[in-house]
Amino acid sequence: MKKGHDVKRYPGLSVLSFAFFLYLYAPLFVVILYSFNANRITSVWTGFSYKWYSSALNNDALMAALKTSLTVAGIATVVATTIALLAALALVRGKKVRFRKLSETVVNLPLLLPEIVLAVATLILFSLIGVQNGMLKLVIAHSAFCTPFAFLPIRARLQGMSLDFEEAAADLYASRWVVFRRVTLPLIFPGLFSGAMLAFLISMDDFITSNMLSSGGTTTLPVYIFSLIRAGTSPELNAIATMLIIGSIILATIALSIATRGQSTADQPQ
Amino acid sequence: MTDLSADNRTQGPKRKVNLPYLGLLPAWVIMGFALILPIFIIAAVSVSTRGAYGGFDWGVDFAGYRQIIFNEGWSGEMEFTPQYLLIILRTILLAGVTTGICLLLAVPVAYWIASQPGNRKSILVFLVTLPFWMSMILRVYAWMIILGRGGPLPRFLEIFGAQEGLSLMYNDGATLAAMVYTYIPLMVLPVFASIEKLDGTLIEAAHDLYGNRWTTLRRVILPLTAPGIVSGAILVFVPALGAVLEPILMGGGKQMMMGSLIQLQFGGGRNWPFGAAIAMTLLIVVMLVLIVIALRSAQKDREV
Repeated sequence: MKKGHDVKRYPGLSVLSFAFFLYLYAPLFVVILYSFNANRITSVWTGFSYKWYSSALNNDALMAALKTSLTVAGIATVVATTIALLAALALVRGKKVRFRKLSETVVNLPLLLPEIVLAVATLILFSLIGVQNGMLKLVIAHSAFCTPFAFLPIRARLQGMSLDFEEAAADLYASRWVVFRRVTLPLIFPGLFSGAMLAFLISMDDFITSNMLSSGGTTTLPVYIFSLIRAGTSPELNAIATMLIIGSIILATIALSIATRGQSTADQPQ
Repeated sequence: MTDLSADNRTQGPKRKVNLPYLGLLPAWVIMGFALILPIFIIAAVSVSTRGAYGGFDWGVDFAGYRQIIFNEGWSGEMEFTPQYLLIILRTILLAGVTTGICLLLAVPVAYWIASQPGNRKSILVFLVTLPFWMSMILRVYAWMIILGRGGPLPRFLEIFGAQEGLSLMYNDGATLAAMVYTYIPLMVLPVFASIEKLDGTLIEAAHDLYGNRWTTLRRVILPLTAPGIVSGAILVFVPALGAVLEPILMGGGKQMMMGSLIQLQFGGGRNWPFGAAIAMTLLIVVMLVLIVIALRSAQKDREV
């Protein structure tokens, strides 16, 4: 849309939008600010202090929860991205796939259903078949609900990609596998990468399912944070929150810059 | 080139193993095992009887569903109790109001972002996306601090004469504030995507035909961005119906929604058949919403 056309401007929009972004970010700044509060009572400001950061970093339960979350998210991301890549290749590239629409719905099923229902469903399933291993339960459930988040960016990338390069490689006697590994995979990498990042993020962030399935030794980070909130807000929690917020900003910036850079190079190849 | 690409196309069917089906197999296996099968199990549990020590015993009994509407007395008489029906209604209402507020905020903001020059536009879109990358539980927690006793908002109100030690927590308003906050990026992005595709000359044409800004908004801009608005509404309404964290943390024990009620039955409450019955009810509500929207958009397609 071109700017400067008076008829398209609505008065007050920029003020409203400014207020909107303030609303979006002010709560996060409040948490960050309070994390430097020396006082044990969060809402009473007594002075500036880093001490809650060192106590957070020395908190063994927190580190154990972080480790559980990273392990579950790491495995679930690999599994979900692999399943999603295979499904996307089959659905976009496969000719005359029967039940295409149905398969697409099945892959995206976790997006259509409320998560609490799925959480309860997997809880009952695991208790019926007697799965005791907490980590295994989490990995299976996370792999399932992360799959559509990996699938959608990969499919979008595949759909927007021309077949010319793969055909050229095939013309030059490359085998199917070589074409896939040397041409297709590098071209869909931005989609693959953003899909994997999204899957990782969704797994790291999950509370509802993890809370339902987690047992003694397998508390994930959000479940641990929930227990801290339940115990009453503490400045240490604010420090943990601040570190996670900053971690997310760094991760998001890297992910989006790689995804967009990949986009521009793949669209105009030399 | 053309004949070789044709050859490329026929390569799939020539192979003995059908690759597309092989590629879809893992997805079907994991979804079948971890989602589809469990949903049938929930349906079965919802009509089972409550186990003596938590859990459930197989059987066919509608006690779980009856409990949504009736309270069974000591001697087995049924008494109508609206408390769970009220929770179901509150859930639908809160999810609806959340969607409405998100929509009212998202349309002008998305329109404004779309009218910005290129570079600034991508930064603004990034800023809308960024909170979505942050932990949901922390975004709800931020509102606990803001609305809680001694938090910034009660402090601010105390300046204007509110009583000391005011807390704005543990009511539907608090739940709503957290829900709007956590789901709004899901509304802004699709609405922005469809506003950006809008042909600016149509707005100019409307203006040339003496349509004022309000008429243009109502008759040109909104109808043309309807697809984005509908998908944004689905993206907000469906997860809001199943919200768990917001009612637990912001609403407290009394202001429950279906999600927190289900959570309670499988956590502390230990009434699995009742929890499963509520879960099935929630699933049916969500399915009905999705079916109605799908039918309406199909109808619209036929009209055009």
